[in-house]
Amino acid sequence: MSMMEEKVPGHKGRAEDGKWPWMHIVGFVISIVLTLIALRLVLAHAMAPSGLFVTIMVLAVLQILVQLFFFMHILEGGGPRWHLWMLTLGFIFVFTIVAGSIWIMTFGAEAY
Amino acid sequence: MPDDTLNVSHFLVTGDPLIYGADVSIVVVSIAIVAVLTYYRKWGWLWREWLTTVDHKKIGIMYMIAALLMLFRGGVDALLMRMQLAFPNTRFLEAEHYNQIFTTHGTIMILFMAMPFIFAMMNIAVPLMIGARDVAFPYLNAISFWMFFFGAMLFNLSFVIGGSPDAGWTSYPPLAESDFNLGPGENYYLLALQISGIGSIATGINFFVTILKMRAPGMTLMRMPLFCWAILATSILIIFVFPVLTVALALLLIDRIAGAHFFTMLGGGNPMMYINMFWIWGHPEVYIVILPAFGIFSEVVATFSGKRIFGYASMVASLMAIAVISYFTWVHHFFTMGAGPGVNSFFALSTMIIAIPTGVKIFNWLATMYNGRVRVTVPMKWALGFIPNFAVGGATGVMLSVAPADYQYHNSYFLIAHFHQTLIGGVVFGMLAGMYYWWPKMFGFVLEERYANWGFWWFNIGFYVCFIPQYLLGFMGMTRRIYTYPTGMGWSTLNLISTIGAFMMGLGFLFIAAGIVYSIFYGERDTTGDPWNGRTLEWSVPSPAPHYNFARIPVVTSRDAWWTMKKERKQGVLPPGEDEIRPIHMPKNSGRPFILSLSFFVAGFGLVFHWYILTVIGFSAVAACLLLRSFDYDTDYYIPVDEIKKTEASYGRS
Repeated sequence: MSMMEEKVPGHKGRAEDGKWPWMHIVGFVISIVLTLIALRLVLAHAMAPSGLFVTIMVLAVLQILVQLFFFMHILEGGGPRWHLWMLTLGFIFVFTIVAGSIWIMTFGAEAY
Repeated sequence: MPDDTLNVSHFLVTGDPLIYGADVSIVVVSIAIVAVLTYYRKWGWLWREWLTTVDHKKIGIMYMIAALLMLFRGGVDALLMRMQLAFPNTRFLEAEHYNQIFTTHGTIMILFMAMPFIFAMMNIAVPLMIGARDVAFPYLNAISFWMFFFGAMLFNLSFVIGGSPDAGWTSYPPLAESDFNLGPGENYYLLALQISGIGSIATGINFFVTILKMRAPGMTLMRMPLFCWAILATSILIIFVFPVLTVALALLLIDRIAGAHFFTMLGGGNPMMYINMFWIWGHPEVYIVILPAFGIFSEVVATFSGKRIFGYASMVASLMAIAVISYFTWVHHFFTMGAGPGVNSFFALSTMIIAIPTGVKIFNWLATMYNGRVRVTVPMKWALGFIPNFAVGGATGVMLSVAPADYQYHNSYFLIAHFHQTLIGGVVFGMLAGMYYWWPKMFGFVLEERYANWGFWWFNIGFYVCFIPQYLLGFMGMTRRIYTYPTGMGWSTLNLISTIGAFMMGLGFLFIAAGIVYSIFYGERDTTGDPWNGRTLEWSVPSPAPHYNFARIPVVTSRDAWWTMKKERKQGVLPPGEDEIRPIHMPKNSGRPFILSLSFFVAGFGLVFHWYILTVIGFSAVAACLLLRSFDYDTDYYIPVDEIKKTEASYGRS
């Protein structure tokens, strides 16, 4: 028994969908462009370090949004409840990694 | 990036009799395997039945064989180290060789022994336990296995070609950077872990989807066996933490191969960031390998106590709590880095908190046994041996979690003893319990008890003889990763005792292996499909399970579904779902996962030695495999009813 027998919500089988996957291609191109912008800014020393950090963070958040909207079909909804649970957990973990790493790597420069 | 890595004298490792011995044995074993396969005309069988299989049970068996082989290799590494440390001022291994051995020992035991062993157990048991006919993505499952396999092969190849990695299993920069580590060893480490890591992430996704989407009708989440809950928690952890390792390793690889400066001090990078990212993965990783062991103990203890598990809901809650909290504890691996009291206090507290759900589980197992009719079979022995073992490991873990005290214990033999106590006493004991428990389901015969008992006692007692002295050595100031020590430190006796213990464990392993060989010839056949009087659905099908698992998908009405069905049958109640057999939809075998992973191996090998042509060839083959799969519409088939009936009849069932 494979997944194909089941009706996965928000997922269209190949038989009923012969159209060119525009959403995926657009998402793919946008995510590559976002990455190249970040790389270019760093290589060219385009800003002061603090400005670079902020810009890269903004680009990273945009990257997350591209993934969610173009590939993970966040708007198509209607899935089981654990979708929401897992997405929340994912956000908590991402926040933990980023905020935790920044906190740890300041080496006590903060007032605790 | 020195170009002289291309020299032949650097290519094959030379100058060490141990490695020449390994060269000879690798050649001899390879010739023997090829000769046997050719003589018995088994090449076709090997390809059709194993290399191309997408059957979760066969993939599980292959994972298990690989894990046992890697346990042997990692164990030999351990014995070599213990021989070197048995007496002061020994000249058995040179410093560099010792570094390579503790690096490969750690890497192999965690990533190429513990990981495949848990994958083996989840592949074999989870679909059968939830009443499914395979995992959600069988083709991806085969890719996972072969990615692991070729990752492991790439790593092991470093031993004879190019030289092993020697910067520890954690591979910290700056030591692991190309400035300090000239040979290809670290490249092997990075690429082997990347390749097998792809497989691990795919397995996490696969089992997450399998458990949430493929349960038999009536099996609600709260009716699932606890092992499935444990695998669900493990899968969640794998999905969320392995990408972090991937990024850390990729950045280090870019540093080494392309001369970037993510983790070098000189170029504005920061090596501490690697340590930080490594442990964001590394700490959840130890829960990734221990949670399946917890799941196995829950099944084994319930089955052999003849009772349903005590405190099922609290077991589920603590599994999930561990899965989430384990994400917030990683700094306790580097309290001494100096991140400041605020950081250390937070992570010390989170580490202590995670001991609570773990304690809950221990008490629940004890309460399950309480007033039960306990049968002390071999799997139960490993479960019973685990409890005191893990209690000590947990207690020393809480000692280590106290940040100020950790400045004393950090990187001493106290730490070594602690994590071996949890990883051997927890993971290895758990996986061996699972192996003995599910062996009849895999192969159709029970493993013989006498050898298994000898194996258990030698391994269990040897464990304490080996590692209790190491706690003391840690207090006495012996640090990890030293390759020799002078006389007069007061360490000699304890080190000798520890080495004796290590050899006792080695003997235990030999008994276990001998017991397996003996049982292949003389083991008691399991004709019932339910040799342990089990409680969960995997025991409702014949042993070994037919490749479609269930002729009819069972309908589940309660927790411990098979136990209830047996009870109902005794009372004359016909179980629901005894309707007509219908054709079964199954995935087709494919050789592509094997070829795809082999291509990754070729690409990885090219990157190790900076032979980019080989890398391009390898990745082109990978792309070709992916494209071919996209246009492959012939991926599944139906087993006709006649064939199912014939198979069922051959097991004496209708």
